[in-house]
Amino acid sequence: MSRQYIIRRLLIAIPSLLGISIVLFAVLAMAPGDPFEELATNPAVPPEVRMALRAKFGLDDPIWSRYLHWLAAMLQGDWGFSFASRMDVDKLILQRLPVTLIVIGSSQILAILVALPVGVLAATKPYSVFDQIANTLAFIGFSLPTFFTGLLLILVFSIQLDWLPFVYRSDIEAKGWLFYWEHIKQSIMPVTVLGLFQGASLVRYVRSSVLDVIRLDYVTTARSKGIGERKVITKHVVRNALIPVVTLVALQMPIVFGGAIVTEQIFRVPGIGSLLISAMLANDTPVVMGVTFVFACLVVLFNLIADILYGWLDPRIAFR
Amino acid sequence: MVRAVDGVDLHIDRGETLGVVGESGCGKTVTARSVLKLIDMPPGRFEDGKILWQGRDLIPLDQAEMNKIRAKEIAIIFQEPMTSLNPVYTVGDQIAEVIELHQKMSRKQALVAAAEMLRLVNIPNPQRRLDDYPHQFSGGMRQRVMIAMAMSCQPKLLIADEPTTALDVTIQAQILELMQEMKDKLGMAIMLITHAMGVVAETCQRVTVMYAGKVVEEAPVEALFGNPRHPYTQGLIRSIPRVDRAAEKKQRLEAIAGTVPSLLDPPPGCRFASRCKYAKEICTRAMPPLKEVGPGHFVRCVL
Amino acid sequence: MAGSTPASLSAEAPRVAAAAPRKSRPVTPAREAWRRFRRHRLAVASGVVLLVMFAAVALGPLIWPVPINEIDFTAKLQGPSWAHPLGTDDLGQDLLARLLYGGRISLAVGLAAMFVAVFVGVLVGALAGMSSGRMDAILMWLTDLFLSLPQLPLLLLVIYLFRDTMKGIFGVEGGAFILIVIVIGGLRWMPVARLVRAQFLSLREKEFVEAARALGASKTRQVVQHILPNALGPVIVAGTIDVAAAIIAESTLSFLGLGFPSDVPTWGSVLRDAKDYLDIAPHWALFPGAAIFLAVLAINFIGDGLRDALDPRRVL
Repeated sequence: MSRQYIIRRLLIAIPSLLGISIVLFAVLAMAPGDPFEELATNPAVPPEVRMALRAKFGLDDPIWSRYLHWLAAMLQGDWGFSFASRMDVDKLILQRLPVTLIVIGSSQILAILVALPVGVLAATKPYSVFDQIANTLAFIGFSLPTFFTGLLLILVFSIQLDWLPFVYRSDIEAKGWLFYWEHIKQSIMPVTVLGLFQGASLVRYVRSSVLDVIRLDYVTTARSKGIGERKVITKHVVRNALIPVVTLVALQMPIVFGGAIVTEQIFRVPGIGSLLISAMLANDTPVVMGVTFVFACLVVLFNLIADILYGWLDPRIAFR
Repeated sequence: MVRAVDGVDLHIDRGETLGVVGESGCGKTVTARSVLKLIDMPPGRFEDGKILWQGRDLIPLDQAEMNKIRAKEIAIIFQEPMTSLNPVYTVGDQIAEVIELHQKMSRKQALVAAAEMLRLVNIPNPQRRLDDYPHQFSGGMRQRVMIAMAMSCQPKLLIADEPTTALDVTIQAQILELMQEMKDKLGMAIMLITHAMGVVAETCQRVTVMYAGKVVEEAPVEALFGNPRHPYTQGLIRSIPRVDRAAEKKQRLEAIAGTVPSLLDPPPGCRFASRCKYAKEICTRAMPPLKEVGPGHFVRCVL
Repeated sequence: MAGSTPASLSAEAPRVAAAAPRKSRPVTPAREAWRRFRRHRLAVASGVVLLVMFAAVALGPLIWPVPINEIDFTAKLQGPSWAHPLGTDDLGQDLLARLLYGGRISLAVGLAAMFVAVFVGVLVGALAGMSSGRMDAILMWLTDLFLSLPQLPLLLLVIYLFRDTMKGIFGVEGGAFILIVIVIGGLRWMPVARLVRAQFLSLREKEFVEAARALGASKTRQVVQHILPNALGPVIVAGTIDVAAAIIAESTLSFLGLGFPSDVPTWGSVLRDAKDYLDIAPHWALFPGAAIFLAVLAINFIGDGLRDALDPRRVL
């Protein structure tokens, strides 16, 4: 896959980011009220500081200059100060970002590990009992809202059975294996909730894609070469079927983030999702803007990764 | 239930080129693919009959045993070179795959053999082309790759299902020549499926004519063209555009009026009766049997 | 063989069609679609379930005339009983009444958001499909931009910023309703726009449209009378899925505290109140959750059935 392809994709990502930043800023600018009103009632913040902040955010300047100032500040890493947490926003976000990424990452891996074999198997025996059960389970899976599944799991595993803790604690006093085991135990439920939700829709996509590929001519060619059916499927069909699935997974990333926000709330995972919610409830605007921007960047990043994966999987693309 | 192929008997001798001719939808492709059992078995199935390969019936064989025969003893190439190769693997990979499978060779050795096959089918720069993907080849070249792939294990029979229909006329000639070359080199038999009578006349030793799922005539090639007995065969031969005759006086291209009957609900008698100039009453009532009318020449017609 | 796609799973396994006896009634596309839809047992069953739900929330207060905010501390946190078939919450309020009332809002939000999304999507898609390169490119760039916005964070952001103003203008329920519907619908029009545009691009060059043009039909007339009806199929399917997605979005927002507040008992907001009482009163969370699940599941099955019924390429 050519380097040119990657560079071109990177270049496309930049205007996307700019576009998103404009949208975010426009939303903020259109919002009525003074985002710093909150501070007026906060005795800890003297009026001069508030005035200085207004000037810094250029609240009295024309909108395009405010945007440029804001953009410049973001790019330089100056994301403002969080009133609720008494910390620079960027430090705050960086502190909590890894947890979110780990939870999202593991859930996606879980989703793929489950959906791929199930989808392929279901497609190779269409309309069989396995297929029907898999399909019905998939429907149930993506019709269950993540918060409900989360609550159900808590009800069963934490309350009734008391197997898993449902409040996430970052300060676990344990050493070595026990430390990791405790972390894993408390991550199982949030990861499972997210993973199963995504996995359910993935199963249907994989199945549909495999069904499409299996009818194609080159699969018959492969069989005519004397290759066993299992190898025909795993070598010839799957790789081709994965191509559209990869795109779909990337396009679903924005939805996965939504699920992550909910899951973090339920299980009190200290990631940027729960940070967003608590910031909103505390009217901590700089944090809200910062986190939303991070989410947008993550979406663009995942789209980029999907493009690259797509180019790697399908040799026809990279040569354009 | 559709009987795509109904009571068809084909046989082919070692080193012989058999032409199977007919219109689209007459069952040629189904016949071809069913030899290697490449039909989707649900919903399709073998109702009756045998596929005898060197004395052995292939129908009861399971997939594992069929796979030993595919490509190694009987190979097949398809009509659409544009879609018959897997787009995500290199051409070298795909050829080496079949070599590795049937001949005990390492991957490296198989790739060397693959390059040799590419050379044999006259693809320039074979060593470099091994690493190219199918979309980097033109239609004619892809068909050559298919041929290379099919020949790579020196099969005894090559089934060629309309190999040149999707290609330009000039490329057609090249491909046919190539197949003839390979056949001479390897002493292979070819079952050539086509609807072009001209191609049949040039390349085949024996010809079987199919219509609506049934064999209507079978003969050595000279007998077929010199003395076609079935009205359908006669129609086919007459409809070949002739450049020489047209120069004499303006002639319309002869066509056979009517269309192929539906195989869902075939008429009881001879299936060609509705289009046949010489059709008699008896033709629509009973299916005529195959009669021998000359040495190796069989016709299914009452005339 | 090429071009036909296998039907989805909730249809019965395909059998080779035998020659059908000629019916006396004409086979219109609508009737054909209905026939194909009927083959999906699950979709039809879901249709029934959904109708029951709609009837329940519409007529509920008439059949079960218990007020939704009657506070009765003596009856708090009770499980299902004859007096309160779905139990009570921590203020002793009857859950069945609350869920029936809230169901109206949840379902209404779903439908309204879907209309917004479909309306905007069809508009943008039709404009893009019928116009020249520049306009089309701009609209598509806009669509792609919106597609890469993170949905939930943006939903939350907009609500966070505009909630108070809307409350001021339209009142608590009205303001939240309008805001949520616009915001959810405003982030779901993109797939519809793409679908419609694709349909337009392929249909506008087709012969029957050319024929209409030749007969002097104006552009609008071409669009409305000829192209739109044909493009409708995938739009209906997408719209159905949108209702489900909108219901989930509204419940998620309410659950997170940024949708409807506690005194408006949508299924999501009831769940939010219930989540801290999981150990002592699980019924409080289970019933609204099950209601959301059932509605969404039914809609998804129906959407699946519609997809098979309306897509002419599917082999059934």
